Amino acid sequence: MSTTAAKPAGAGSEPGAAGQTTAGKRQLSSGRRTGKAGKVRRLTRRDKLVLGIMVGVPTLIQLLLVWLPTVFSIALSFTRWNGLDLSDLKGAGTDNYRFVVQDYPPFWPAVQHNVLWLVFLALIATPLGLLLAVLLDQNIRGTKIYQSIFFTPVMLSLALIGIIWQLFYNRDSGLLNYLLGTAGTPAAVDWFGNSNINIWAAMVAATWRHAGYVMILYLAGLKGVDPSLREAASIDGANAVQTFFRVVFPAMRPVNIVIVVITIIESLRAFDIVYVINRGTNGLELLSALVIQNLVGEGQVIGVGSALAVILLVISLIPIVFYLIRTFGKESKA
Amino acid sequence: MAANLDPFQSAHSAGPGRRTILKTLGLGAAGLAGIPLLAGCTGGSGTAPGASSNSLTFGSGSSDDVPKAAYKAVTDAFTKKTGITVATNVVPHNDFQNKINSYLQGSPDDAFTWFAGYRMQYYAGKGLLAPVDDVWDKIGSNFSDAMKKASTGPDGKMYLVPNYNYPWGFFYRKSFWAEKGYAVPKTFDELKTLATKMKSDGIVPIGFADKDGWPAMGTFDYINMRLNGYQFHVDLTAHKESWDQKKVSDVFDTWKALLPFQDPNALGQTWQDAAKALEAKKTGMYLLGSFVTQQFTDPAVLADIDFFPFPEIAVEGTDAVEAPIDGLLLSKKGGDNKAAHDFLAFMGTAEGQNAYASVDSSNIATVKGADTSKFSPLNKKCADTIANAKHISQFLDRDALPAMANNVMIPALQSFIKDGTVDVKNLEAQAKTLYAAQ
Repeated sequence: MSTTAAKPAGAGSEPGAAGQTTAGKRQLSSGRRTGKAGKVRRLTRRDKLVLGIMVGVPTLIQLLLVWLPTVFSIALSFTRWNGLDLSDLKGAGTDNYRFVVQDYPPFWPAVQHNVLWLVFLALIATPLGLLLAVLLDQNIRGTKIYQSIFFTPVMLSLALIGIIWQLFYNRDSGLLNYLLGTAGTPAAVDWFGNSNINIWAAMVAATWRHAGYVMILYLAGLKGVDPSLREAASIDGANAVQTFFRVVFPAMRPVNIVIVVITIIESLRAFDIVYVINRGTNGLELLSALVIQNLVGEGQVIGVGSALAVILLVISLIPIVFYLIRTFGKESKA
Repeated sequence: MAANLDPFQSAHSAGPGRRTILKTLGLGAAGLAGIPLLAGCTGGSGTAPGASSNSLTFGSGSSDDVPKAAYKAVTDAFTKKTGITVATNVVPHNDFQNKINSYLQGSPDDAFTWFAGYRMQYYAGKGLLAPVDDVWDKIGSNFSDAMKKASTGPDGKMYLVPNYNYPWGFFYRKSFWAEKGYAVPKTFDELKTLATKMKSDGIVPIGFADKDGWPAMGTFDYINMRLNGYQFHVDLTAHKESWDQKKVSDVFDTWKALLPFQDPNALGQTWQDAAKALEAKKTGMYLLGSFVTQQFTDPAVLADIDFFPFPEIAVEGTDAVEAPIDGLLLSKKGGDNKAAHDFLAFMGTAEGQNAYASVDSSNIATVKGADTSKFSPLNKKCADTIANAKHISQFLDRDALPAMANNVMIPALQSFIKDGTVDVKNLEAQAKTLYAAQ
């Protein structure tokens, strides 16, 4: 927690954070406009007011919609509460965390599945998206059509994707078992019901979408690479593979960082597909699904659900902090 | 804030566009900030206070077309009879159930739809409901003892007026059984013998679906009640009994003998899939609530469906029937409104329940003397089974703390179906934490 909060503040001397940049620009323009008798007043009262609003309003929104709920969640994770009367709120120390880690059977499978999800996206989905981007960047005929096709899943909600893939995976009438020739027979693979298989089935469906997302980002990245770099590489005698991995790929560093962060975040917030399939039970446990199970609806256990949410928050902070350090660290050096 | 900006805007023409945007942003922010505050005061209907006696508000979670129209028929009949107007607020049923906490604490309607069981008891215990003993004085003779017991709160006062329920049992196709020469099993051993025979005939003996997690609770409940009795079921689900005891492991051990006969693909299919399999004669029988008949759209198939109660195992024969009851409750606020009491009393008469059943015939009216002339033989059998029951259980997810049923039992039962093992010690550990949080 403190790391994230401290980092932007620490980088304050640099024009790093968005707010700081705006402030810098305001200073310049106001200085020019209100200068009197050679004495440069840095900020008029009006500027201060405007500045105050510009900084204050977003801060207020941030505070109200992000920080307060976060702080409340953390506080609630150390309590037992039935959500009815405030007088029913009782301190529980770290009991909820102990419960989650020791007594709650779906927790560790969920952690494993989230890690598996991350590895799968990182090793299969993301490289697949990169491959698509490189192929479609070659000015082949109909590239726009292919781009649209591969990008379409990104525009669909994961919930809808879950439903579409049900049609492929259905045990008795699904396309996949039909192609395997096992549809309707006892040998039919139960893609969503078999707890050894269903996580893979879900990840393939998620890949279908994630690859399109990565593809679009890399396509934009590839367009942004200075063509003279490629020319120089080919003059130096580099072949296509060498050009790509030694020159083009490193030149897309900003995109690469974004992709890494997106991949990590996608794997942490993966939720919709498993929820559509079976609400994240029976082999499809994910942390996000457990948070929902424990916080929303009739199965609400506020303390336990909050503890799960805080655990997910802490895990999510790792890639976010990593990203911020890379971003701001780079800028302060530049 | 936004107003303060205006003078500046006229004094300096520097950037009215930007100012306007700022102003809009400020207003937007104020609006956004308002959302959580507004959401804080839930319910929000804020209609007529309890004192007036010729109108009431009625919150209904029955949002599907047929039940919605059915409740409309009830309120219309009530208005016609008494002149009391009913303002109905229909809320999608998942939302209604999920938000019941804030609903009851905010400004709830006078009367609302709910279930019997732990969740009714729980809110009654928390003082969020109004007792309706005066209503039961009038309608008490219309109901069986089992219904009365299911409508009683933890303090011995009456809270619920039942509307309808539906029994759980084994459903099967008469023609198929006649053709194969199967007979209805009376005991658990007969059930196993029958299942063995079906298996050798190449069909899946017992249809089963648990992708959604809850249907397996029916099997657990029945084996538990047949093995340990109705009272144990109630005490266990209310966590007055420990889950970590031999009686509970016995339930799972007994079930284990049945597992090889239940559809091995249970975890990948929904109850609708399993109903189709029964219709297609791929499975011999299927343990589910009578709502399973909704899936049999072909009248010929529907007429061919029969059911039998879960066979006896050790105690109480087949006295206990799992038949979740839906009915009406009064909120604390509604308790002050005489009209709301009258409305509940109307629901507890044959007249009121007939009005409901005239539209929604898929359930069984709970009142004695309800119109059964339109009943199919199957409906009649369902009604008789419930009427003859000594104990009516409400299904695990209504009798137990919802968190226990949904967060603990669903994963536990699914893993039991998978590998036939269950850790009762862990069930108890989880139960302890969850019930303590209430």
